[in-house]
Amino acid sequence: MRPRTTNGIVRPRTLQSSVLRGLLFLVLGLFCLYYLIPLIVMISTSLKSLTEIREGTLISLPREITFDAWSKAWESACVGVRCDGLKPFMWNSIAMAVPAVLLSTTLGAINGYALTKWRFPGANWIFALILFGAFIPFQVVLLPMARTLGQLGLAGTVPGLILVHTVYGLAFTTLFFRNFFIGVSDGIVKAAQIDGAGFFGIFFKIVLPMSIPAIVVTVIWQFTQIWNDFLFGVAFTIGDSNPVTVALNNVVNTSTGVKEYNVDMAAAIIAALPTMLVYVVAGAYFVRGLSAGSMKG
Amino acid sequence: MIKIRKVAAISALGAALLSNSALADGTVEVLHWWTSGGEAKAVGTLKSAFEDQGGTWNDSPIAGGGGDAAMTALRARVVAGNPPTAVQLKGPGIQEWAQQGALNDVQGVAESDNWDAVLPPALAGIMKFDGNYVAAPVNIHRVDWFWANPALLEQAGVTEMPTTWDEFNAAADKLMAAGITPLAHGGQPWQDATVFEDVVLGIGGAEFFRKALVELDQEALTSETMVASFDQLRKLRGYVDPNFPGRDWNLATAMVMRGEAAFQIMGDWAKGEFLAAGKVPGKDFVCAPTPGNGFVLNSDSFTFFKVSGEDNLEGQRVLAGLIMSPEFQKTFNLAKGSIPARTDVPLDEFDMCAQRSHADLIAAIENNSLVPSMAHEMAISRSVRGEFLDLVTEFFNSDMSSEDATRRLAEAVARAM
Amino acid sequence: MIERPGRHRPGRFSEMSDAPSFSLRTGHWFERHLPKIVVLPLFALSLFFVYGFIAWTAYISLTPSGIMPNYELQGFAQYERLWATPRWYVAITNLFVFTSLFIVISMAIGILLAILLDQRVRAEGLIRTIYLYPMALSFIVTGTVWKWILNPGLGIENLVRKAGFEDFTFDWLVNSDYAIYTLVIAAVWQSSGYAMALFLAGLRSVDDEILKAAAVDGASSWKTYTSIVLPILRPVFLSTVIILAHLAIKSFDLVVALTGGGPGYATDMPATFMYAFAFQRSELGVAAASATIMLMTITAIIVPYLYSELRKTGQ
Repeated sequence: MRPRTTNGIVRPRTLQSSVLRGLLFLVLGLFCLYYLIPLIVMISTSLKSLTEIREGTLISLPREITFDAWSKAWESACVGVRCDGLKPFMWNSIAMAVPAVLLSTTLGAINGYALTKWRFPGANWIFALILFGAFIPFQVVLLPMARTLGQLGLAGTVPGLILVHTVYGLAFTTLFFRNFFIGVSDGIVKAAQIDGAGFFGIFFKIVLPMSIPAIVVTVIWQFTQIWNDFLFGVAFTIGDSNPVTVALNNVVNTSTGVKEYNVDMAAAIIAALPTMLVYVVAGAYFVRGLSAGSMKG
Repeated sequence: MIKIRKVAAISALGAALLSNSALADGTVEVLHWWTSGGEAKAVGTLKSAFEDQGGTWNDSPIAGGGGDAAMTALRARVVAGNPPTAVQLKGPGIQEWAQQGALNDVQGVAESDNWDAVLPPALAGIMKFDGNYVAAPVNIHRVDWFWANPALLEQAGVTEMPTTWDEFNAAADKLMAAGITPLAHGGQPWQDATVFEDVVLGIGGAEFFRKALVELDQEALTSETMVASFDQLRKLRGYVDPNFPGRDWNLATAMVMRGEAAFQIMGDWAKGEFLAAGKVPGKDFVCAPTPGNGFVLNSDSFTFFKVSGEDNLEGQRVLAGLIMSPEFQKTFNLAKGSIPARTDVPLDEFDMCAQRSHADLIAAIENNSLVPSMAHEMAISRSVRGEFLDLVTEFFNSDMSSEDATRRLAEAVARAM
Repeated sequence: MIERPGRHRPGRFSEMSDAPSFSLRTGHWFERHLPKIVVLPLFALSLFFVYGFIAWTAYISLTPSGIMPNYELQGFAQYERLWATPRWYVAITNLFVFTSLFIVISMAIGILLAILLDQRVRAEGLIRTIYLYPMALSFIVTGTVWKWILNPGLGIENLVRKAGFEDFTFDWLVNSDYAIYTLVIAAVWQSSGYAMALFLAGLRSVDDEILKAAAVDGASSWKTYTSIVLPILRPVFLSTVIILAHLAIKSFDLVVALTGGGPGYATDMPATFMYAFAFQRSELGVAAASATIMLMTITAIIVPYLYSELRKTGQ
């Protein structure tokens, strides 16, 4: 990261600016509270015993802290007849989400790059048509998709699910990259072309490295969507290859059984950990100026 | 020497494996939504019984929305051309799938084990398509139950469990006067509908219930009895605390347990909540049927889908036989809290509520007052049931008049048929 | 002098790559058409999986399909049935109320937080993660938590009353007229952090030089943002609107977990309506009709917006 000398927005410190800064932190802090309260309730519930939950009020803090619910959620909660907790299903989700995210992000980047930097007749039309795909309700796609997967021989398989997520992620990834590249000067691309670089050469050597902010928001979005997807996971995988959301749903939802809220909450947090990890890691690249030097027109 | 012994051991092992695989009785993939707690344990008993016979069990649990998610997945699977071997599917849904030609029958097993003789006829009819069994029932749940907190009843001076809705209203008024919430209720469409059908049974009797909620007879649907049923439902609305909308049924049960409300109207799965909390029937809580001298039947069953291959077909046959075996019916229902679907299984090990349920079931079969549950998808197609749920829940959550409700219900049913 | 420096004219370049006088390797047919060759297969995928399936849905809406698709045409009976269902009116009204509130509030919070976080805040990483994390959690469970927090007997109302304000009332969740707003509260909670991230990424891609120049010119921070930075972020607005609209239209888990569509069916939305009819009630035809109506509505709203945006940012 290069040191920033000026920023243009941050002014020298005066009395007024300290007051403003105090206010700034107050607002940021209040919002932190809004975002954190449900998590606090979840964590506190996950640390209670079931007796305490049944007898006390649902959102009070735990009297006695126990981690039983966590270990149960991870390795012994029953998902159907199999009582191994969420552990075995985590891997299914990773095996599905990682390729799907990489694939859809890469294809979206290429799409966005080709549609903005190599404009050809109809490029805007193509973009608009791809983009509209973002609005198709998944509930109605389910049956024709199932049929297509069946005919491709991919029904009930992980590659099938990766295909589905890639296809329906394309609208968003293309959108993110197209909107990022439209702000990037054509000058660099042109210069590289004069230097003899081709379509993919320019893409990998020049364009991709400068699109880190776009990659970050895209990966965050895609990973979240794919990891948290339930509908496709439940319809297009079978039993032991279910993603973790389906397993979570199975732990949490009981039609006529006893609800174990502490295990539910622990399970929900465990299932969300990989996504949060992505936020933390990807978030580290949310830095101004990574590409500023090469972006001047 | 050692070598020889080793070889002998290996060949013995091989023989064991061989004989084992020769014993192997088919493969099943079972789609169900009993994924947690006592329900999962209950399915576990089926799985181990199946595996003890040498079969292979592939589990496909999909919970959520009382089976909605599983039904979604089922449709995707059938469309894609790889249906599961057996699916937890009940009521008229079985007929709907059978009409699509999507089911296999297990009539052979049913005949040799004489299912007709041991199942309540009303239930057997639901399991058959074109006279052949395509599904096997695992249990019977009774829907028309009061669950009550005896301490609260005593406190308000209510000495008897009500046997008519008027008696219930009188008891509830006493409770109100004593500052006790009379009825714990969860405001979800299926729970509203559960209460509604129990009211219809109490107001109109089994014959009217069957006409209105099963045969969808327009005359019954628009009758004064229906208006009176809505009137009673409106009364019950007044006995519920203000925070009921969206509440899960088990939280309503907890209210009775904790002494925050006196009654709950719910099927016998509520018993599982009491028992899980260590409560004793007859002492910490009381069970009694809701008015009407009937029996509102809910039953879970496994339906056999069209699969091919001798291994899968054998799996279906073995599973069907197993589900209907008296031993399995007993262990499963002890785990699940319901009673066996077979009427000839002794209930010595069951609790008093289950024994009551069984006795009433036999009586109801005899005097023809056994009716299938509308709220729990035993009576009518899912599309018509949906219209019932929409209307009943709107009535319960608004100030619609009973006359309007009756008229709109009849119209909605006509539209969906 | 610093007029919209983020705007370029991408058009120039493509003209050049097509020009025969442009030497180098552009002469090769393959190399010249490579961009199209790369985009077209992806476009074809979209055509099939999006438009093909939309066409399938529209077709099914004209058939008597019930539990499974049935391909025999019967006309507009499913539409008549749809429009005779009171619940459908509730669902579409809710869609408009919910979507507009959700988008406006999430965008406002997103922009505000992005600008505030862009002030070189210490612990930015931590705060950003706190704002973003709700996205990571599945509503299957957070819906339950929100249900507790918003439930008058358990949550906020109960706490405030215990704190001594006996008359405090916050019963939106159990009130048919207000329950839809509780969905907005929970939905904004989940997604506004991501709107913040989108805007923050946008702000971070604005050239430092522009900001420097503005500072040299003596423009105030407010002015810098309103007249320079935000206009540059125009494409980000487009992304954010699309993303939020997508989330709003497809709100499903949220509704199921928080209100279950209730009280009654007061908080039903088209996504839950469609699901209920397609899979709970075995009325695929009605579900397809509702999907078709919904897609037509979306088209009527989104297409003009896309058209004007693409004209401004594209050409």
